[in-house]
Amino acid sequence: MQETVPTTQAPPAEPSARRSLRWTTLAMWAGLLALLALTGWGLLRTTAERPAAGQPAPTFEMQFYDGYGWEGRPLADLADMHGQIVVLNFWASWCVECRLEADMLENSWRKYRDQGVVFLGIAHVDTEPKSLAYLSEFNITYPNAPDLGTAVSRKYEITGVPETFIIDRTGTIAHVQIGPISERALHGIIDGLLGQGG
Amino acid sequence: MKTYRLRFVIVAILGLALGLTAVPALAQDGVVSDDAVNAVAKDIYCPVCENTPLDVCPTQACADWRDLIRTQLSEGKSPQEVREYFAQIYGDGVLANPPRRGLSLIVLWILPVVLLLVGVLLFSRYLSDLRAQTASAPRAVTVMTASAPTAVAKSDPAARDDYVARVEQELQKG
Repeated sequence: MQETVPTTQAPPAEPSARRSLRWTTLAMWAGLLALLALTGWGLLRTTAERPAAGQPAPTFEMQFYDGYGWEGRPLADLADMHGQIVVLNFWASWCVECRLEADMLENSWRKYRDQGVVFLGIAHVDTEPKSLAYLSEFNITYPNAPDLGTAVSRKYEITGVPETFIIDRTGTIAHVQIGPISERALHGIIDGLLGQGG
Repeated sequence: MKTYRLRFVIVAILGLALGLTAVPALAQDGVVSDDAVNAVAKDIYCPVCENTPLDVCPTQACADWRDLIRTQLSEGKSPQEVREYFAQIYGDGVLANPPRRGLSLIVLWILPVVLLLVGVLLFSRYLSDLRAQTASAPRAVTVMTASAPTAVAKSDPAARDDYVARVEQELQKG
């Protein structure tokens, strides 16, 4: 009873129709792959990890607040500071913990500014009037810039403020501090970098 | 005299209407009302707490941003100009309705349309191929097997007779 009766099947589709179907199928797969690639890229961008110690510091451009430029320049790139130790501090006027380290950062800047150390403040999602008032309140004199378009904080993947990245003379991140940094820790790291010439 | 009075009334009404619509954001003393600020703030999202519109956000950062909106409205900027300022300074991500440009333009607007068009094209091709196959196929039994007597019974008489003859042969053997 397993015998099979001869089967009558429809003739194959026209070659041109098959070809067009093949092309549309290819187009569909290409479109789907493009969509997946785009989605993957977007996910990678949003889930990128914070650059860690030992990794190159992402470079960025700053447009300083009036009166808070670097070497008299209203615009600068982090790459311009290559060869100097950079203390990159993210802060905001609405951030309570930032106030705990504000005086110490300014005093440290005054101590190390002639030893090849640059302090950079980046005001994260802050309003300009409030930022300027904060800088004035703490008599801050080191270079400061707004985080325009949150471009800098996205490159450094900060999760809040304050956060401080200490970058050595070669442009490599030497230390990442989440939350306020103590004077002892900051000076210890800077002295260490100055001592090793790196 | 009646004509003059009528003209005066019309001019007064028009003047009142213009006065009401020209500067809706400003109260009598030139101070921007909370409603005017919140009308803009609801289209902007909190910079530090996710998915919270500025108008209902309790953080200090949001309060500062609302103050900035108030300042800009009092300087004569339109709500759209204020939104554009925030997008420029803090990025498009702070807007409830990001502008159609860059990646958001591709992902949110172009790609769905392209995918929809490809889908429609594929489906129409599939339908036309199916129609072509149906038209060219002979009106015959598509699959006939010994395990499908019902299909055989519904098919043409010659095949059915052949099938019945085979069944009888098997019965006689048995």
